[in-house]
Amino acid sequence: MGPAPPHPRFQRDLSPVGRGVLRGTIAPTDIQPQMVESIVPETAASGPAVRLRGVSKTYDSGVTALGPLDLDVRRGEFVSLLGPSGCGKSTALRIIAGLASPSAGTVEVSHHGAEQRGRHPIGFVFQEPTLMPWATVRDNVRLPLKLARAPATGADTRIDAALDQVGLAEFAGAYPRELSGGMKMRVSLARALVTDPDILLMDEPFAALDEITRFRLNNDLLALWRSLHKTVIFVTHSVFESVYLSERVIVMTARPGRIGAEFRITSPEPRGEEFRTSAEYAAFCREVSNALAPSYAGQAGA
Amino acid sequence: MKSPQDLVRFLLPVAVFAAGLVLWEAIVRAYGIQPYVLPSPLLVLKTLVADWPVLSQSLGVTLLTTLEGFVAAAIGGVVLALLFNQSKWLEYSLFPYAVVLQVTPVIAIAPLLLIYLQQQTAVIVCAWIVAFFPVLSNTTLGLNSVDRNLAGLFQLYGASKLQTLLFLKLPAALPYILGGLRIAGGLSLIGAVVAEIAAGSAGAGSGLAFRIAESGYRLNIPRMFAALLLLSLAGIVIYGVLALVSHLLLRRWHESALGKES
Repeated sequence: MGPAPPHPRFQRDLSPVGRGVLRGTIAPTDIQPQMVESIVPETAASGPAVRLRGVSKTYDSGVTALGPLDLDVRRGEFVSLLGPSGCGKSTALRIIAGLASPSAGTVEVSHHGAEQRGRHPIGFVFQEPTLMPWATVRDNVRLPLKLARAPATGADTRIDAALDQVGLAEFAGAYPRELSGGMKMRVSLARALVTDPDILLMDEPFAALDEITRFRLNNDLLALWRSLHKTVIFVTHSVFESVYLSERVIVMTARPGRIGAEFRITSPEPRGEEFRTSAEYAAFCREVSNALAPSYAGQAGA
Repeated sequence: MKSPQDLVRFLLPVAVFAAGLVLWEAIVRAYGIQPYVLPSPLLVLKTLVADWPVLSQSLGVTLLTTLEGFVAAAIGGVVLALLFNQSKWLEYSLFPYAVVLQVTPVIAIAPLLLIYLQQQTAVIVCAWIVAFFPVLSNTTLGLNSVDRNLAGLFQLYGASKLQTLLFLKLPAALPYILGGLRIAGGLSLIGAVVAEIAAGSAGAGSGLAFRIAESGYRLNIPRMFAALLLLSLAGIVIYGVLALVSHLLLRRWHESALGKES
């Protein structure tokens, strides 16, 4: 019967966009991605995981928040988008996820592997944990599988595995309110991992956490990235976090966000706490900070 | 768990109540006030016991009406809110009339309803009219207060409309719906009482409100008080039951049901 059917989300992308009338009042769930997004089956194994071409976002008010933006993210790469608030870096992430539609440009997200219920090419982690307060940790992590109507057998194993990866195996039965901020974030991460995504999109996930917790989560995220070989696009406004985590840091300009500078963070792997205090790390941070400074020029209090 | 302060908070209103009763009894005795002017608390209690067969039957009638009106309001309010949530056009078309029904005093509508509907139906419709609006508006509010990012997550994973409703919107709206139901419980009792008074019919199917009106005409003031006491108790019990249900459903996760210690 020919190639495997496209993933549900991308199937829906092919539906006509006919809801323009109520655009201003529709609920967030009703936002339909436009047809520009396409999915590229794995043909060239070395092809980019994500490819943006001329992507921009202009709001109805006429304000251009983003772009035009060209971006290629290699499969398995850890990339940070670094920029001042309002530079459209979160918008770029939402566009890649299909949660927002670009005003212009094309987005290609490639994925590999056979279609399987409960597998999803993209995992998304928001700035807030964004957990369902009425559901236990286990049921929160189960959500993507439940929505995909994945068979119950096997789901539990995958949930256990995901919780294990983030070190929360003992808290499966807890409710979100019983957890600390860092633990909630781990649940959010487990939920993103449970579908075994190719690409992990993270929107300032650790911004609201205290420093010690953030450092710990940084290290755990790096360990996960190394063992799971995911492509990670990480949005942050912290120079230090971006340098610590990434292979590549993309510094964005102030609104409308474009690529201002790019840095390859070459450092011996695996990184750990000693990297955080090394002269090399400090030098990278200084360079990236200098590149970021113009983005803040003209902003009051900068 | 019971701190001295909790005990005081519980005992104070009880003490006030007891003092009020004693004062009431004393004044009635001291001035020799006739029962048809002001019955003493003890007499009210005696009447309650003596008239129990009549009053209990009336209580049953009123409670049944209230329950039917409440169930209709709960289902009607939630279903209407869900329909409004699915279709903006439906909401724009119908919501103003829901408001009109709400702001028009039910006591003024009741006589009209009694002309066009059978009495039993009219009474239930009255209870429904008064009680459905808080359910409708609270449910609407709840359905609209879904976390934006959670909604985005459902979209990302390709959730169907039904899945979004069942697994996201309804659970998120539950605390609001329960709040609406708590208000609706008391209001459906009010609606039932208003309609009974407007209907004013005698016979086997007469509720407590009718007993109050009837006792008034017959200057049977002690029975009036007894019936009023029962109505008041019914209202308290309805509120208490709904508050308990709400607490049991939300205690694991919602802020409103959590103790101060957590």
